[in-house]
Amino acid sequence: MTEAADPVTGEWKRVSGKYVWVQLAGSLVGGVVLAAIAVVAHLVFGAGRWWAFPWIVAVVVIIWLLSTVLTPRRVRSIRYRLREDDLLFRRGIMFRRTVAVPYGRMQLIDINRGPLDRWLGLAELKFVTAAASTGVTIPGLVEADSEALRDELVALAETRRAGL
Amino acid sequence: MSEEPRITEARTPEAAHPTGLADGEWHRLHRATPLFRGGIALLAILGVIIANLRERLFEMFFPYVPGAEYEGDPIDFIVGEGLIGWTLLAVAVVIVLIVLGFWLSWRMHSFRVTDEVVEVRSGILFRTHRKARLDRVQGINIMRPLLPRLFGAAKLEVNQAGQDANVQLAYLAGGQADALRREILRLASGAQARSGGAGEVAGVASAEGVPGAGSPAARVGDLVEQRVHEFLAPELDDELATRESIVAMHPGRLLGSIVLSAGMIVLVLLGVGAAVVAILTGSIASMFFLVFPVIGVGTWMVQKFLRSLRYTIAGTPNGIRVGFGLLSTANETLPPGRIHAVHVGQSILWRGPGWFDIKINRAGSSSMKGAGGESNAVILPVGDLDDVLRVLALISPGLDPELLRAGILGTGAADDGFVCSPRRAAWFKLWAWRRNGVAVTDEAILLRRGRLYRELVIGMPARAQGVSMQQGPLLRLFSLADLQLHSVAGPISLQLGALDAIDTEALFERIAADAVAGAVRDRSHRWGAAPQGSGG
Repeated sequence: MTEAADPVTGEWKRVSGKYVWVQLAGSLVGGVVLAAIAVVAHLVFGAGRWWAFPWIVAVVVIIWLLSTVLTPRRVRSIRYRLREDDLLFRRGIMFRRTVAVPYGRMQLIDINRGPLDRWLGLAELKFVTAAASTGVTIPGLVEADSEALRDELVALAETRRAGL
Repeated sequence: MSEEPRITEARTPEAAHPTGLADGEWHRLHRATPLFRGGIALLAILGVIIANLRERLFEMFFPYVPGAEYEGDPIDFIVGEGLIGWTLLAVAVVIVLIVLGFWLSWRMHSFRVTDEVVEVRSGILFRTHRKARLDRVQGINIMRPLLPRLFGAAKLEVNQAGQDANVQLAYLAGGQADALRREILRLASGAQARSGGAGEVAGVASAEGVPGAGSPAARVGDLVEQRVHEFLAPELDDELATRESIVAMHPGRLLGSIVLSAGMIVLVLLGVGAAVVAILTGSIASMFFLVFPVIGVGTWMVQKFLRSLRYTIAGTPNGIRVGFGLLSTANETLPPGRIHAVHVGQSILWRGPGWFDIKINRAGSSSMKGAGGESNAVILPVGDLDDVLRVLALISPGLDPELLRAGILGTGAADDGFVCSPRRAAWFKLWAWRRNGVAVTDEAILLRRGRLYRELVIGMPARAQGVSMQQGPLLRLFSLADLQLHSVAGPISLQLGALDAIDTEALFERIAADAVAGAVRDRSHRWGAAPQGSGG
């Protein structure tokens, strides 16, 4: 393996703080959709026609509010770490998930940028292996970082190539 | 019929190339290929035409049928207008065009096998050229559908990882297909020496020499005899090493395993339900709804029975060979290092007789259907514990049989080698928490789970695509976590729920390290190359 391809191991890296805005925008859209559903449902079940209706609305609103308030913490929980031979990725506060993927298992890397991402100068990096369930998608990277990370991962995979 | 399909004519087979098909030159397929592929459709069309003219043919022999009139019948029209000559000409032209098309498609369809790739060129107007690397071969199938099989032809399929990425050589002469598979596997294995085939050359050559000798009558006789021999020969005929299947399929056990299946249970429940409805309503109308499920499940059962009746499995130097099928047969060689995960399962119904089945995850997808028409993941349709251990020894020779036994039957004894869920996991795994556990060895990760449906899943760290651990709020409350090993797409999930959180973290680190080390060490994809390290 070449020296250039050796990663600085041991440090967790976080994604850009600007990604919070992308998540909040998503949350807002979700809220609007939920409100629309609630209005329609009100016309059908509302005005005391079904006792559970206000309770359901209340629960949904509380969950939505909680999830929106927790957005910054959730974004801060997304982190990745380049170890000697594998990529470690972790996310979630309520539902935590940690994945380790050997560099040699990389099949390809995608960089996706939605309209909001583009506006904020962010990008999402997807590390694709032969297994569909691996699901290593690092969102909210600064665009230049995502490209540097992609090149680094490709170089690492090259030196540690394995079959399927 | 069995003439050697090759572009370069009259090459004497060299020692290294028993069939002469893997010599890097372009070759053609079996001459009757178009007939096997499209001929059946043609016969069907002919059949429809004859069926439609049935009454007319009937009338030809029995001239008077009262009341028989053919208003607007095309034949009356043709005869009336005096167009018989034109019609015959048109029919002749169509037949010539079809034959020409078949001949052209055969002529334009060629393949070659070099040291590194297998290539196929086909198509008349739209040419296709497919090239597949031999070191990425995931398995090689030889399929003999009934009609081609009667004519001694076989279809060879090189499976590659990826959607619709297989390379098909359809059709080859039966004996050639077997020999060609051996050659492709030898090339794929990275073996340096090519002298291994010398012994077989004589056998193949003499077998092919026989039909050529003697008078035409004797020739036909020999040919028929050869066909009959090929038809009756076991699927594991002339492989180098093991000739015997390591698992004998007893018809009784097979029948029992099919009767004691989920499909049968559903059928019985439906039957009971329909009977109850019939009694309550006093009419047997509800019974008629049973007709379709009975037909469906019945067909599935008969198919499964016929396909599995001549099931074989054996180890060869080039991997594991699995054969299925009674009338249309198929058998596949899985080279070493192509199996990503193994699943041993036993439903509660099979507990009494002590039966299990084995499925695998693999990167390639073969067009060979499994026993019940399902995807080809089952490599043991039904077997007892000894059969299972023999098959597992074939797949992963280094595993300790005692550990496997504990994994298959164990219920969580203190020191059986498995790290099990703690007692508090009973909130999540009411029945199975004692059994729910993981064992990690150098070459495999064993996940043991399920009480009513017992499962043992074996993942290979050398081919793991990653490892992950998850924890939701409920699991956190009990400081438990889920562990998952990632494998290529397949029927097997390698997830184990509700382990102790601290155990899970340790296992996660251990497996992540093993996955890296295993991938570095693993050399099984070039199994024939000079041995180095402990891989394979």
